[in-house]
Amino acid sequence: MSDARARILADVRAALRRTEPLPPSVARGLEQRVAAPQANVQPAVDGDVVERFVAKMTAVNGLVTRLPDRSGISAALEAHCERHHVPTDIVVAPDPALDDIAWSNRFSIERRAARGEDRLSVTGAYAGIAETGTLVLLSGPESPTSLNFLPDDHVVVLDARRVVRHIEDAWATLRSERRTMPRTVNLITGPSKTGDIEQKIHEGAHGPRRLHVLLIG
Amino acid sequence: MSGPAPRSRDFERRAYVEIHNPNLQEAMGLAKQGFVGKRASAVAAVPEWEQLRAAGREIKEHTLAHLDWYLERFEAKVRENGGHVHWASTAEEACRIVVDLCRAAGARRVTKGKSMVAEEIGLNEALADAGLERVETDLGEYIIQLADEPPSHIIAPAVHKTKDQVSDLFHRHHRQYGLTERQTEGPALVAEAREVLREKFLTADVGITGANFLVAETGSTVIVTNEGNGDLTNTLPRVHIVTAGIEKVIPTLDDTATILRLLARSATGQEMSVYTTFSTGPRRASDLDGPSEMHVVLIDNGRSQMLGNEFHHMLRCIRCGACMNHCPVYTAVGGHTYGWVYVGPMGSVLTPLMIGIEDSGHLPNACTMNGRCAEVCPMQIPLPDLLRVHRERQHASRLDAPRARMMLRAWAFLARRPALYRRVVDLGARALAMLGRRRGRLRWLPLAGGWTGSRDLPAPQGETFTRAWRAGRRPR
Repeated sequence: MSDARARILADVRAALRRTEPLPPSVARGLEQRVAAPQANVQPAVDGDVVERFVAKMTAVNGLVTRLPDRSGISAALEAHCERHHVPTDIVVAPDPALDDIAWSNRFSIERRAARGEDRLSVTGAYAGIAETGTLVLLSGPESPTSLNFLPDDHVVVLDARRVVRHIEDAWATLRSERRTMPRTVNLITGPSKTGDIEQKIHEGAHGPRRLHVLLIG
Repeated sequence: MSGPAPRSRDFERRAYVEIHNPNLQEAMGLAKQGFVGKRASAVAAVPEWEQLRAAGREIKEHTLAHLDWYLERFEAKVRENGGHVHWASTAEEACRIVVDLCRAAGARRVTKGKSMVAEEIGLNEALADAGLERVETDLGEYIIQLADEPPSHIIAPAVHKTKDQVSDLFHRHHRQYGLTERQTEGPALVAEAREVLREKFLTADVGITGANFLVAETGSTVIVTNEGNGDLTNTLPRVHIVTAGIEKVIPTLDDTATILRLLARSATGQEMSVYTTFSTGPRRASDLDGPSEMHVVLIDNGRSQMLGNEFHHMLRCIRCGACMNHCPVYTAVGGHTYGWVYVGPMGSVLTPLMIGIEDSGHLPNACTMNGRCAEVCPMQIPLPDLLRVHRERQHASRLDAPRARMMLRAWAFLARRPALYRRVVDLGARALAMLGRRRGRLRWLPLAGGWTGSRDLPAPQGETFTRAWRAGRRPR
């Protein structure tokens, strides 16, 4: 196994007309490029980032409800369950940031990772990206990744102040707020879909059939 | 190098069969319209497209020029995050590593996300030989697994199947799960596959995915999907194994952002695929889900031999499929005709490098040199030029057809003797004009049956260009 490692590295170096690893002076330059990443070309994203996020998320059939504050979350979720005929047994991420939601007593709530039979999950989001209408979700004890994929309906509570302009802005935020990468970073742009049968788009392939963003503020 | 047994020498015969296959022609007709139009509108909406292409190319060229350093940097970061990195020079080594990892995990059922490198190394056969149950989870891959066929497109593996054929497959194979009704509508078929595969996701012991990128900055592997199957594959089982070619490494998260902007637009005409997922090591101690082991298998399988020569361009390929969607040959004959894992223009370049030019038959010739593949390639890979290099090599190794060699020799003899050349061409033009004077077209011509077998040859007017020019008849 380590033979293969040595062989591959030697073959790569031979192809690059070298026999040794890069000299330290060159390696330092590469280390700098990796340690202080620079954005390359970014498509122009003009105007209000929150409005752009809403427009882009809506364009990919994500549902968006704008709420002035967190007091409307429970009612918005009730409306969602009624409209889409989803039972009110729901799973809410064990995220302390979601502890303050005043749930209607119509809901029966569990705070845990997802199971195969779960119908609806509620999670927070780390950020939103205006450029493409993309959500950024990080794994962690408070935000198990399975909640983003197993239930039929995924409801995401996103603080409008967390919407950034470009993908690179989300990376910059992540680097400044966390020392290390979590196990999983999910960039999510709309509900699950497939085009594998005659190139026609059908939603709800394996992941959520509906993605609903409750955008606060 | 090995992997699945190539059948590329059979290209000509299979092309003939597929052109007369109504199912394939129906399916490819739909695909061509869809992919080409969607990409065109997505690209038109980004004024910065050409700058993005140049930036994407620059990122890959920079990484390839320092590939050893970036691979070691990536490996160190994966280990720092608790993951394992394995290196495989050949397809056999890669398969052995994956099978051994599955055995060590006591695995019986393995779910797989779509991975072209897994097809390339013949992982499916290796898992079957090891007695493991393999479940393809991408809907297209699942359909062709049921049909026991290889993929015919790198991002739409079942593009050659009609809905009716999918209905038949599901009807036949889903009976065992108590699903006896033959579904005929798209949504019902998707829902049925979701139901059947859900159980497999929840009970798999190992999940295997490919990688669109390996990020040296963080040690992350990145997959891009629309269905979410890749995420259920890398989240639910105890062990997550990533198979990836060594050319997939790029420096930073910001660099992934640039190439992501090129990838989805080129592949499906989306601005962003639904799920782009960065996996970094196994679950953390306090996590409530995620695999407890994570392994990355770095696969060379001929890639290092492409570095440092004209074929290094091909190592920039991000497997978007735009080249094949825009190729008149591919859209006429379908992917299976190519006889190996990679198809269309990128396949005709890669296959001879991976299985040897001797076994690649007509692939480098299955090209009209119209150049569309290079125009749409997001990584600016000069695909027609690389095919031409293969053609030259075939000629130099005397692998082209004896008759073609004879004709080329005859032409070369004439081309070096301008006076004789002019006389022969003049004679030929007059003779053809005479033969075709009644209809203006020729229905048959010796040595040109390949042309006249399917269409008429327009007859020349009787005078060569040189003669007309000399006589002062200038084209208007």
